Amino acid sequence: MKKIILAAAATLALASFTASVFAAEEVHIPKEQWSFNGTFGKFDRLQLQRGLQVYKEICASCHSLKYVAFRNLAALGYNEAQIKAFAAEYEYPDIDDEGSDTKRKGLPSDYFPNPYPNEKFARASSNGALPPDLSLISKAREGGPDYLFHLITGYEDPPAGMTVMDGMSYNKYFSSGNFQIAMVKQIEDDKVTYADGTKATTDQIARDVTAFLHWAAEPMLEARHSTGLRVMLYMIVFTLLAYFLKRRIWARLDK
Amino acid sequence: MSTDNSSTEKSVWRRAFEWHEARLPLVSFIDNAVGTKYPAPRNLNYFWNFGFLAGFVLVLMIMTGVVLAMNYIPHKDMAFDSVERIMRDVNYGWLIRYMHANGASFFFIVVYIHIFRGLYYGSYKAPREVLWWIGIIIYLVMMATAFMGYVLPWGQMSFWGATVITNLFSAIPLIGEPIVTFLWGGFSVDNPTLNRFFALHYLLPFVIFALVFLHVWALHIPGSNNPLGIEVGPADKIPFHPYYTIKDVFGIGVFLLVYFAVVFWGPNMLGDPLNYVVANPLVTPPHIVPEWYYLPFYAILRAIPDKLLGVIAMFGSILVLFVVPWLDTSRVRSANFRPVYRVFFWLFIINGMVLGWCGSQLPEGLPLIVGRICTLYYFLFFFVLMPVIGWMETPKPLPASIGSPALKAAE
Ligand code: HEC
Ligand code: HEM
Repeated sequence: MKKIILAAAATLALASFTASVFAAEEVHIPKEQWSFNGTFGKFDRLQLQRGLQVYKEICASCHSLKYVAFRNLAALGYNEAQIKAFAAEYEYPDIDDEGSDTKRKGLPSDYFPNPYPNEKFARASSNGALPPDLSLISKAREGGPDYLFHLITGYEDPPAGMTVMDGMSYNKYFSSGNFQIAMVKQIEDDKVTYADGTKATTDQIARDVTAFLHWAAEPMLEARHSTGLRVMLYMIVFTLLAYFLKRRIWARLDK
Repeated sequence: MSTDNSSTEKSVWRRAFEWHEARLPLVSFIDNAVGTKYPAPRNLNYFWNFGFLAGFVLVLMIMTGVVLAMNYIPHKDMAFDSVERIMRDVNYGWLIRYMHANGASFFFIVVYIHIFRGLYYGSYKAPREVLWWIGIIIYLVMMATAFMGYVLPWGQMSFWGATVITNLFSAIPLIGEPIVTFLWGGFSVDNPTLNRFFALHYLLPFVIFALVFLHVWALHIPGSNNPLGIEVGPADKIPFHPYYTIKDVFGIGVFLLVYFAVVFWGPNMLGDPLNYVVANPLVTPPHIVPEWYYLPFYAILRAIPDKLLGVIAMFGSILVLFVVPWLDTSRVRSANFRPVYRVFFWLFIINGMVLGWCGSQLPEGLPLIVGRICTLYYFLFFFVLMPVIGWMETPKPLPASIGSPALKAAE
């Protein structure tokens, strides 16, 4: 038994060592409470719906969400009719029967559209910077959702002596760009009016859109947690049975 | 499988089985390899589980890999999107992909423990040198396989990692540049590079599979070493099946518990966030780091100010393993009986982990200095400590057999 523990400890030590190697971060990002954290973590459907509203009303004018299709919104608790209506608010280029360019209404199988026709246009409208696609952003930055939340609320006056370039804003979490970001502060109290009556404080809006973006990046999170629990339960039983069987078989040697 | 049956009436199944075994003795082959006909020392500890485990993970990687390949598109404009499609739209694609990506990390964890087991118990010494060599070759091919696999999702780290590592070959005088162009299939890492890396990433695991056969074959000539490092007589051996098969099944259970905990609750813990950003040749990340399992070697590379010497040191740090059977001059195998060597061995392990940390940092200031000291110790360990300690050290008395009294003292 001592040796099993030793071998298991060696595996764990190596695993946790390798994980800690990447833990180094430049700015301390405080950890936040998220409903999707932890062993049983799940998304809060109403929060995701509010987050979708924030994305649509604020962020979508600059940021695409190209890996999310309208049909995926079923996971937020919308029914088919609602999704159809939601998709129909958007227009997509099409070709009619005569072969001329035309527009058609969005379908559930369509993806969120890009607000800009091309990258050059996007940069020209954003001070030379490119607003990144947001569908994976929550996994594409050190700190994940904690970083997102603090980034979009991290605007303040620059420290004394620092000159912020024209059109840029000081943001204390934007270490990758020397704390000067080309996105102006987007979130303020009451910037949206929530359909479900929730009070739209800055903090609330930021949390909701962050949760939504984390769902967009990791839509299979709930399936992952629930499958994981079942697999672990199975593996625990399997491993215990194997252990007792091992003891029993090895006991033959003592005779 | 014994063929003498006391009852004269053999069942039809038995007869069919014997008919087939007489023509192709497949079951006997397995029985000889990992069954009742392979006698193993009875005192193997849990560190002996890791060889079987490595084989298990290899099969896991091939199985998940083949399914990924059914949905993956090796084209620079589609690779990243195809991986996202696997994650979102393919049934259980997220599970297969997270199992494959984390499986690579766990493969290395298992193989590192397996190698250190061999190093500690002197399993490389006569008559097991060829077995040890094949192991190192497997490890080298694994490194190449994982490196090329990491390029496939075509994220920022895929692209820039590939650029940095392939560029190392340009340090070779005269033929360096042509070699790099040849590897890339062009003048930068681009679509041809991705295509050939995919082809090779599909091929090499099967090469490893074949090498594993040779490895096990070479193992069966002398038989397994053991924690005491002494020759073991038949009286102290037990059949691999059922004793070690059940022990290995239990080991797989423990392994999967740890592995699945990461797959289901921290699947991106060991990965770099930047690989969720699609490759962009115009944007160089400020800090290019390879996957964690290469970090110690990356640190050695960067510890040396000269590029060519750095590359030589990096490859040398692995190739030196080939001559370890002759660098170690001690007649005693197991470090359990080598009080001096043992201390420096554990220091070597810690040294390796510190090197890993250095590799993850920017090569300046403290990490660079520490990296240089650790690189020095790395080579000192093999080229000086191993031979010298072997000569000078007085080993503890070895037991004559597994059951002898000296055993208790050494454990
Ligand atoms: C007026 C256009 C505009 C709007 C509206 C906007 N952004 Fe941005 N955003 C930008 C630009 C431009 C950048 C690139 C900043 C840079 O690289 O300096 C950016 C960058 C980002 C980044 C990436 C930061 C990083 O680490 O690289 C995130 C995350 C982000 N925005 C989130 C949001 C969210 C959430 C919203 C909605 C609440 C939003 N943005 C609304 C223009 C916008
Ligand atoms: C020695 C065994 C193997 C190792 C160590 C290995 C390693 C890796 C690694 C590190 C990745 C990158 C994962 C990521 O970050 O997304 C990868 C991706 C991939 N591998 Fe393998 N692999 C192995 C076997 C195989 C086999 C046998 C196949 C196919 C038959 C395969 C097919 C793929 C595919 C299609 C990808 C791209 C999809 C993805 O990135 O998830 N692999 N592999």
